Amino acid sequence: MDHRPQAWGRPRDDVYGAYDASYLHSNTPKTATQSPVVTGTSVVGLKFADGVVIAADNLASYGSLARFTDVKRLRVFLDSSVVGFGGDVSDMQYLDRHLNELAIDEAYDHLTPDSSASKTASLNAANLYKYLQKLMYARRNDFDPLWNQILVAGLDGAQKPFLGSVDLRGTSFTSPSLATGYGAMLAQPIMRRVAATEEDAARLTREQAVDVVKECMKVLFYRDARSLDRYSIAVVTKDGIELKEDEQLEKQSWAFAERIRGYGTQTV
Amino acid sequence: MAAMFSQNPLMNGPNYSFSDAPRAQAPDGAREHRFDPYTDNGGSTLAIAGADFTIMAGDTRLTSGYSINSRFHPKVFKIGGTTADQSDATIALSVVGFTADGEALKERLDAICKMYHYRHGKPMSVKACAQRLSTILYQKRFFPYYAYAILGGLDEEGKGAVYSYDPVGSYEREQCRAGGAAASLIMPFLDNQVNFKNQFIPGSGEGHALQERERRPLTRNEVETLVKDAFDGAVERHIEVGDGLQMMIITREGIQEVILPLKKD
Repeated sequence: MDHRPQAWGRPRDDVYGAYDASYLHSNTPKTATQSPVVTGTSVVGLKFADGVVIAADNLASYGSLARFTDVKRLRVFLDSSVVGFGGDVSDMQYLDRHLNELAIDEAYDHLTPDSSASKTASLNAANLYKYLQKLMYARRNDFDPLWNQILVAGLDGAQKPFLGSVDLRGTSFTSPSLATGYGAMLAQPIMRRVAATEEDAARLTREQAVDVVKECMKVLFYRDARSLDRYSIAVVTKDGIELKEDEQLEKQSWAFAERIRGYGTQTV
Repeated sequence: MAAMFSQNPLMNGPNYSFSDAPRAQAPDGAREHRFDPYTDNGGSTLAIAGADFTIMAGDTRLTSGYSINSRFHPKVFKIGGTTADQSDATIALSVVGFTADGEALKERLDAICKMYHYRHGKPMSVKACAQRLSTILYQKRFFPYYAYAILGGLDEEGKGAVYSYDPVGSYEREQCRAGGAAASLIMPFLDNQVNFKNQFIPGSGEGHALQERERRPLTRNEVETLVKDAFDGAVERHIEVGDGLQMMIITREGIQEVILPLKKD
């Protein structure tokens, strides 16, 4: 029996080797995320005549495991913008808390009895996009990135539809249609067919835009193995945000799957 | 001998009973995955100085890998104007490479030029701005802005001035410069068409006796045509260049901006 309580209950050094305490005093900078763990897949967004449609499925994957099937990846900011997150879910939740704080500060700063006046004075989607770009770029400069690709949908200072993207390196851009992850390969071509330019997007009706985005979600579910048939979709216009968080993909057709050959165990 | 049975690693160091016991220190480079803070967003830029003007140009495509992120993301910026729309700016900056770094660089230089204007009551000269930009780039020598910058304006005598940079701040005043993805395609064309390299007077002699064609400053129309031709050529041969051509024409009257279409394939 060892007389020192410090050693009680520990694996014996002569059998297992000394305890490796190196992780307790690492000399590298503290980093929350060095690689994504629980992840969300694509976010898709499309502008139309007087607003923006944005959608993302409700899945959070753990590698190839469909781990959490009811995770809302669209977030409303100040009742005027919608932020969609792809990539690491813990970083998304961190950003969500951060944006909550920001929204509360903004609400106090622009507290007026007339709510419509406060809305124009406060942060719009273009402002939020710039804010997130600066945040993400500062984190990449610290080598402690937030592992997300973010779409921001809403209206800009001139009340025109706004759609922007920010990624983990602080790269930011805008376009009539945007998609993250697999969506950039599978959904973008579908959306660009109807909205190649800003002028094309400005001619789209709300119904057309919603239909195209729903079609994109369907194609993504067909081909993206990390996707789900339950999704969230939001429409942002001057009149406010219509967010639906538990939509089901409609009119799926798996007939094409019959004709796929070359994978699996079929005996052709 | 007593130390062999001690349970306190601090007293006698690790004493292992088998060979693959945990190592106190992980070997160098044990981490397989590290965050890479840089990407290349493609695109190309070009600047040509004339006798009393400078033309800065860039395509408007933004790529990552084989994907086109945006078909309209300008990379030529007016610098140092006192208003939000930069209508009174006299200097233009083009950045190409990693756009996040490029835009951070643009915003820093712009803020510095604005402060200079407010403090001294006059816009910064291109020469001073060029030196300042070099200093900004070199300050980040060991975590560089991955951006190839070109600064354009008019010098103290009113002549066109183009300053070109590498990502860590080496710079030089030149007559013309191409930067970015298609720089290697455009620059030889510019050497020939702007500086008349490899152009000789016909029948002036044999071999070394050949006389070089005399250089002359190009007119604004000639330069605009050269810029369009250079980008049309680059679009054909480089996948990261296309969509739109943004041109800034800097004259004594101010900066005029022109957007023209390029092939979107």
